[in-house]
Amino acid sequence: MMGVALRRLASALPVLLLVSLITFGMMRLIPGDPAAAIAGLSATPQQVAQIRADLGLDQPFLQQLVHWYGGLLQGDLGRSILMGRGVFAVTMERLPVTLGLSAYALVLTLLIGLLCGIAAALKQNTIIDQLAMVFAMIGISVPSFFLGLVMIIVFAVHLGWLPTGGYVPFAQDPWGWFRSVTMPAISLALLQAGLLARITRSTMLEVMRQDYIRTARAKGLPYHQVVFRHALANALIPITTVVGIIISLLLSGAVVTEALFSIPGIGQLLTQAVLNRDYPMVQGGLLLVTGFLVLVNIGIDLLYAVLDPRVRYE
Amino acid sequence: MSEVLPLAAAPEAVERAPKRRHPALAALRRLFRHRLFLTGLFLFGIIAFLAAAAPWITTADPNRLSMRNKFLPPGGDYILGTDNFGRSLWSRVVWGAQLSVIIGISVVALNAVFGTLIGALAGYFRRVDNVLMRINDALMAFPAILLAIGVTAMLGPSTMNVILALGIVYVPRTARIVRASVIVLREMEYVQAAVAAGAGHWRILRHHILPNAMAPMIVQLSFLFAYAVLSEATLSFLGLGAVPPTPTWGNIMAEGRDFMRDAPWIIAIPGVALMLTVLGLNMLGDGLRDVLDPRLRIQQ
Repeated sequence: MMGVALRRLASALPVLLLVSLITFGMMRLIPGDPAAAIAGLSATPQQVAQIRADLGLDQPFLQQLVHWYGGLLQGDLGRSILMGRGVFAVTMERLPVTLGLSAYALVLTLLIGLLCGIAAALKQNTIIDQLAMVFAMIGISVPSFFLGLVMIIVFAVHLGWLPTGGYVPFAQDPWGWFRSVTMPAISLALLQAGLLARITRSTMLEVMRQDYIRTARAKGLPYHQVVFRHALANALIPITTVVGIIISLLLSGAVVTEALFSIPGIGQLLTQAVLNRDYPMVQGGLLLVTGFLVLVNIGIDLLYAVLDPRVRYE
Repeated sequence: MSEVLPLAAAPEAVERAPKRRHPALAALRRLFRHRLFLTGLFLFGIIAFLAAAAPWITTADPNRLSMRNKFLPPGGDYILGTDNFGRSLWSRVVWGAQLSVIIGISVVALNAVFGTLIGALAGYFRRVDNVLMRINDALMAFPAILLAIGVTAMLGPSTMNVILALGIVYVPRTARIVRASVIVLREMEYVQAAVAAGAGHWRILRHHILPNAMAPMIVQLSFLFAYAVLSEATLSFLGLGAVPPTPTWGNIMAEGRDFMRDAPWIIAIPGVALMLTVLGLNMLGDGLRDVLDPRLRIQQ
């Protein structure tokens, strides 16, 4: 088990190194002078020079690279121009909000996706199967921001059941938090739930055809026991891998959802940074989120090894 | 949205074509009996028609302001109503369709060229495989839409930059799929036979490997079209797409946000158009996968 963990971590290192190199290189995509772009049209040459010096853009390329990696090793991702503070600190402050929303959405995704997928597989080629798959197809086709807007119009503007936007911290008022993040979580979860339902259905169908399921049925085990103890337990193994992809989709989906519902998480932070040309924040935020996801995926691979003994002995 | 997943097949019965027919014809025949594929083709066909016929089917300039006619609901003189500047939503949504389709085609073309090239090189020449795939892994480690946001943020908002950003995001994913097929095909006996017969690398790739790697690639490209349209809408909703007043589905919806209480149709019309496009393309992709890539199909 330890070996799997170490090997997985070692294979992630070059990826992390390249990811950070790509984020470093992103600033060079800005056409012309990044400092001038940040300063805006009305800036004086002195202001532009000041920004250039602040960002280290006046140094030779190699020195900038050394400085970037040196900073990374110390947890220094640069300073946000908009906030005037370290990118790392600002991101960490917003992290719990995004994690809370994503966790809520993940619970919804798992509930809806697994239920629909299992029901569709067990009732293959019936109306239940077709309804579940139509739902899944719509789920993967409706843009989350459109679903969010429709929900705001229906449930907030017309029915007045839920707030149109804004955020209440959980610690301050759990019920208020629940109300403020329910619509964002649903709009975030639908796409993933659709994906998960489709994958769960195909995996369950695959497993239900196996010989050991027939044996279990033949020896007279009750149906529900066969489904949950034999089929689902085995189907969950490939589904676990998908959860890694789902978490990645949730975190990137949160960018749009948070902007739409004015939720002060990492997504909103990044969109504001993008619109205000706060390039260091964009760079650092992207690197942090991606690094976090690489770690999540390592965690999922380890979980995979726990669930499936065959992986451990390979 | 962005990742390539082994999705479940739709419950469609795919009949076996009679033997001794050209395989491409047989596949086409099966496709045109596939209900999901036909529905998808119909939905996407409508949007593609609107996009192609935009100059002839819209009478009003999509950017012509007419403050007297603002916030007209659908029906009446303006078939889909007007927005906050009295611009015809029919014109704007149809021209937006054209932009979406152009961006979709461009991203698909970029992927078809560079995805195939990188995937074929990595899969065929083991020496470059490691380097190319490490770069690929790194690019794929970024969440797709976040990387697209980052790249367009740096390049500046414009249609061209959206295409470029989506190219950077999706080419690695396509390359990975091509590489997987090439690796399998390279070990096939007929390829070994071609090597033994003295065929060059280029000839082997072009005549023996790539034609056989096309099926999963075509399936991927049809889903990619859907992702590209969806991502473009997301980017322009966030203000990173084509610059207003150029109409895109995303920026029409973004502008409509301020008026959603009194003029919800400004959001609903482009939203429904976007949804139908993506739905059509996803159905098309499902159908193509059922017919072209039977390994992924669940046997009925």
